[in-house]
Formats: sequence, structure tokens, C-alpha cells
Amino acid sequence: MALGESTVERAREIIARYPQGKERSALLPLLHLVQAEEGYITTAGVEFCADQLGLTKAQVGAVATFYTMYKRRPAGDWLVSVCTNTMCNVLGGQQVYDRLSEYLGVGHEETTADGTITLEHAECLAACDYGPVLTVNYEFFDFVTPDAAESIVDGLRNGALPRPSRGARLCALREMSMQLAGLVEGREAGVEDGAAGESTLRGNRLAEEYGISVPGYNPDTPIPSGKAT
Amino acid sequence: MTAPSKEVLAKLTPVLTKRWLSPDAWRLSVYEQLDGYAALRKALKAHQDDLIALIKDSGLRGRGGAGFPTGLKWGFIPQNDGKPHYLVVNADEGEPGTCKDLPLMMHDPHSLLEGIVIAAYAIRAHHAFVYVRGEAVHAARRLRNAVAEAYEAGYLGKDILGTGFDLDVVIHCGAGAYICGEETALLDSLEGFRGQPRLRPPFPATHGLYACPTVVNNVGTIASVPYIVLGGAAWWKSMGTEKSSGPMIYSLSGRVANPGQYECSMGITLRELIELAGGMLPGHQLKFWTPGGSSTPLLTADHLDVPLDFESVAAAGSILGTTATQIFSDQDCPVYATWRWLEFYHHESCGKCTPCREGNYWMKGIYRRILSGAGTHEDLDTLRDTCDNILGRSFCGLGDGATSPVTSSLQFFEEDYLDYIEGRTAPVFTGRELVGAH
Repeated sequence: MALGESTVERAREIIARYPQGKERSALLPLLHLVQAEEGYITTAGVEFCADQLGLTKAQVGAVATFYTMYKRRPAGDWLVSVCTNTMCNVLGGQQVYDRLSEYLGVGHEETTADGTITLEHAECLAACDYGPVLTVNYEFFDFVTPDAAESIVDGLRNGALPRPSRGARLCALREMSMQLAGLVEGREAGVEDGAAGESTLRGNRLAEEYGISVPGYNPDTPIPSGKAT
Repeated sequence: MTAPSKEVLAKLTPVLTKRWLSPDAWRLSVYEQLDGYAALRKALKAHQDDLIALIKDSGLRGRGGAGFPTGLKWGFIPQNDGKPHYLVVNADEGEPGTCKDLPLMMHDPHSLLEGIVIAAYAIRAHHAFVYVRGEAVHAARRLRNAVAEAYEAGYLGKDILGTGFDLDVVIHCGAGAYICGEETALLDSLEGFRGQPRLRPPFPATHGLYACPTVVNNVGTIASVPYIVLGGAAWWKSMGTEKSSGPMIYSLSGRVANPGQYECSMGITLRELIELAGGMLPGHQLKFWTPGGSSTPLLTADHLDVPLDFESVAAAGSILGTTATQIFSDQDCPVYATWRWLEFYHHESCGKCTPCREGNYWMKGIYRRILSGAGTHEDLDTLRDTCDNILGRSFCGLGDGATSPVTSSLQFFEEDYLDYIEGRTAPVFTGRELVGAH
């Protein structure tokens, strides 16, 4: 059974992070936990959260339906999110989304017939200096073109998992949801992966190349004392 | 590409971004070799009020968009009130164009944690939360790793570095809602509710998380603190302008040769930033740009020499915001761009306030009508009128932000709207939009 004893234990671990009497703060992570176990926010999952936190199902449902990352229908193993907000959009993100939609035969928040891939268009993913971007289970693929996007989803389907441009190598959406719930990443590489991309370092590289630093920095500068300590 | 001039290069101020060059700076051992936690050791020897005074003296202002003086905010926390105090870091980066906090958390997570411990000590908080945007789970992963390392090393937990100061830090992931970047919506979300803004006053300084005194600061703001503690207020003020002190991470995206993050002295101009970024892309002429995300009114090529500090951008009719400069060229259409932003604001409006919820819904419809070649001259009046009814009439800034691209694009590019309405520009959409709404 999906929401068994081990889930209850995990829920308790999550709830314990928040101050006593403020357990409701654990609701967002608990909903991530439900997605990790169930694949989406099921009726049983809503009931589970309500039970754990002493809330009504209506209270939990109201929260679950507010946030876009909580899926109300079964999602695939791979959530492909294409940024179509203005900057990515004009740089080609809309074409990427349109091509994938046609290629996969699904629209926004729909899952392919084989149940592997869920497509969505996303709002700004905070990587505008790499636009247009898409993410697979929230890991970035930078400067994507419609053709590149096709080969990414081909790789997802045939098991030759494509390597994200930055961030960690891919794991299934349920594992990702476990991390969102705050349960620690088990893979060493999940933390280690993720060297900075060139756009991130542009200003730094210029400063390095031309030997620029901020003058006058002395880490021993005293903190002025106005209070007798 | 020609190299940037000496004068412009001199405006680079690698401070918060400097460690990003060291690929393993996210590990505690490497961070410690690079001066890590030196500021904490120094700060914990100082009196809390002296730290607040230091931050006030530095002139540090919030890096999340509003630019509120940080020291003042810390000073608002009532002391000896018998209530728990909380520090909440707003890491819900999502303002379109903004991409500076995620790399900081990825490549230098301990600098944020070090700032958190110092800030929490100063405001006498024993519990801190970092509210990380859900989609940024890669950053949350690095932060959690850093938190675990910091507990292990005695920088977090009970009796930090033997000083008797206790602090627990929780990394809390959101679940996909732009509105949670608004500080009171963030607090509601962190309490386990829908992320909807609260009426202010009372302000978070007295009634924040769990109705207790709370400081909510942006990632860049808190990450600045260790440098001010080490280098001092005078050194910090050697960068930037009199009222907008320090370095700022400018995020350049769009039609420039080398988009990316450029940490510069506050008050640099877009002309200089574009020079640092290797110029515009070949064949592109600057047409419009945002100084600090899509919620800040668009500027044009006439504003290339506006110093990008809080006061000067305000004087030019816009807002410094998050210093996310999105750069568009003559090959981009301001009407289309604004439509797409409106779709975003409509999607992200939490629905609490009628002007924002309904106004954005109808405005995006009007944009679709204009872009499908069926717009009328009255539509432009309706847009202006709708903006008048949204601006200043909602609980939070989301509604205000939505009007920014609309009113500014109408101000500077009305001709582009008329080109669609009068049939000189081919429609973007086919089919009838907003039927019956005339």
C-alpha cells in the first residue's frame, strides 16, 4: 500500500522540523511527499495530510489546488516544462513548446499515452541568461531548439537519459518529489553535479581576465562598538 | 567583439559572486579556505545592536526589488517582548528576467547560511527558514547539504561556536506560485496556507510568521551581510552611489552577445552593461528593456544612460526592481511581449483582490484581440482605464506590476499597437478572440 507506515514515519520526520503547535507549516512538504508516493495528489493523499495535521480535507484540498506543482492527475515519470514567458518566448521557447506538443501529441499538463512524459508550458524558470530553457523534472536544458527538444524527449523514452546542461543528472519525478518534501538526496552525484554555466560566470570571467577586484577590502576592519559589551 | 573600455571594466565589483569561480565552493571545506565563516566568528563577538548599526551604516538596501533599508528593517524588531523572533529568507525567485539568487544558492550556499546566522543573532531569532522556490529543487539540494555540513561543524544548532547562541535553519520548498515571492503571501504559504497576501499594517516586523516579529529578507540581501561584517560599512559604501550603496548583481538576458550575471557597482548604466556583455547581437538594435523584471515599467534606447540605482531609475519613471535587465531589439514586438507578460500575471494572480484577478483576465483578452487583428482604438482606452483601476487597488504589488508593461508600452510604443489595429502589422493569432466583448 502506497501510504503505509513508512509514509507516516516520513511525515513525522517532516512535521518535527517546524515549531511545536505550528505543524500546519508541514503541509506543503507533506503534499510533495504524497506526490512522491502516489505520483499525484490523490484523494487518499489529501486525507492522509488531513489526518497527519488535524485538518479537514477541504482545508488540504484548498491548498493543494492553489499550487501548480501539485498535479491533480497522474503525471509521467518525466515532467517536461518549457518556459514560454516573454524572454524565452521571443528567443524561441514558444516554437519549442509547439514542436513538442505536436511531436508528443499532448497539450499543456497532458501525459503521453504510454504514461512516460507530461508536458507543460511554464512561467519564468529564473534562467533567462540561458534562454530558451526547458526543464525535465526541474533540471535545466539550456539554449534549446525544437530539434534539441525532440532528441531530449526521445532520450527520455528510450532510456538513454539525456544529461542536463546544469544541475544533477535526472531522476524520476517521484524521487524529485521526495527531495521537494525535504527528504535528503540519496545520490552523492545529486549534490555534486552542477558546475556553473558560462552565462553565470560572465562578469567574474571579465574581472579575472582584466585583474579587477574591489580595492580597500580589509577583513579585520573593526565593528564599531556603541554598546559596552 | 571589442574589449570593454577600462572605465567600464572598473565598474565590475566581484564580491558576492566571486566564489562562484571556485567549482567546489559549495563544500564547507572549500568555503572555509575562502574566508568562509570568518565573518560569523567576528560577528558573534560583537553586540547585536552594534551589528544592526553596522548594517544601517552600510546603507544596504533589500535586493529583492523594493530596496527597503535592511538595517532599519532589523531595527524594527521589538526586543524583550517575550515572543519568538523569526528570520525568513525569500528565495522564491521568479520575477521574469531574474536569475541571480539561484546561482548564488547553487555555487555559494554557505555564504547565505553565514549571513543567516549573523542576521538571526542580530535580531535575536533562534529559528530561520529559507523559502526556496519549488522548481529550484537543485538549489534546495545544495542548501540542505550545506545546512547538514554547518550543523556538523557547529555553525548551526545549539551553542554555536561556544557562544551560547542557538539557531535552527529549515530549508522549505514552495510548490509553484509566483505570488509567494510577496513577503506576506510567502508567510501564509510557509504557515501551510494558500499563498495570498495579507493586509498591512500590521507589518511582519511585529506580526509576521505565526504572528511573531519576523524579518523577511531576500537571498542577495542576507548574502551581503558577511562581506559588510568583514570589510566594514565604509568599504561597502565605496561601491554604488550615496543612497544605493554596494555591489549589485545585474542579470542580462535577451539580445546581447553575452547574456549573464554581471556584479557591478550600483549606478552602472545599461549602455555600460551592454558594453560588458559584448554589445547587442549582430543585426539587433535596442528597442525596449526592463530595468528590474517585468513588473518594472519598460524603458527605451533613450534611457541608456540612466544610472541603474534606486533613485535614478525611479526618476526615469521606472523601478530598479531586481536589476533583471531583459533586453529586446527592433526584431521584438512590444505588444506581443506585453501580452505574454499579461498571460503570466493573469496565471499568477492569486485571486484575492478583484481588480488584479479580473483586470488581468480582461486585459490579456484584449491583447489577444489586438494581436489577432480585431482590436479597436477603444481597446487602448480600455487598457489604460483598466490599469487605472488595478494600480494601487490590490493588497500586494502583483497587480501594480502587471500594469507596468501595459502603461509603459502604450506610452512609448502606441504606434506598434495602432499598426495591429489599423492593419499594417500582420496578426499573430488567427481566429476570433474575445467574441462578443466589444
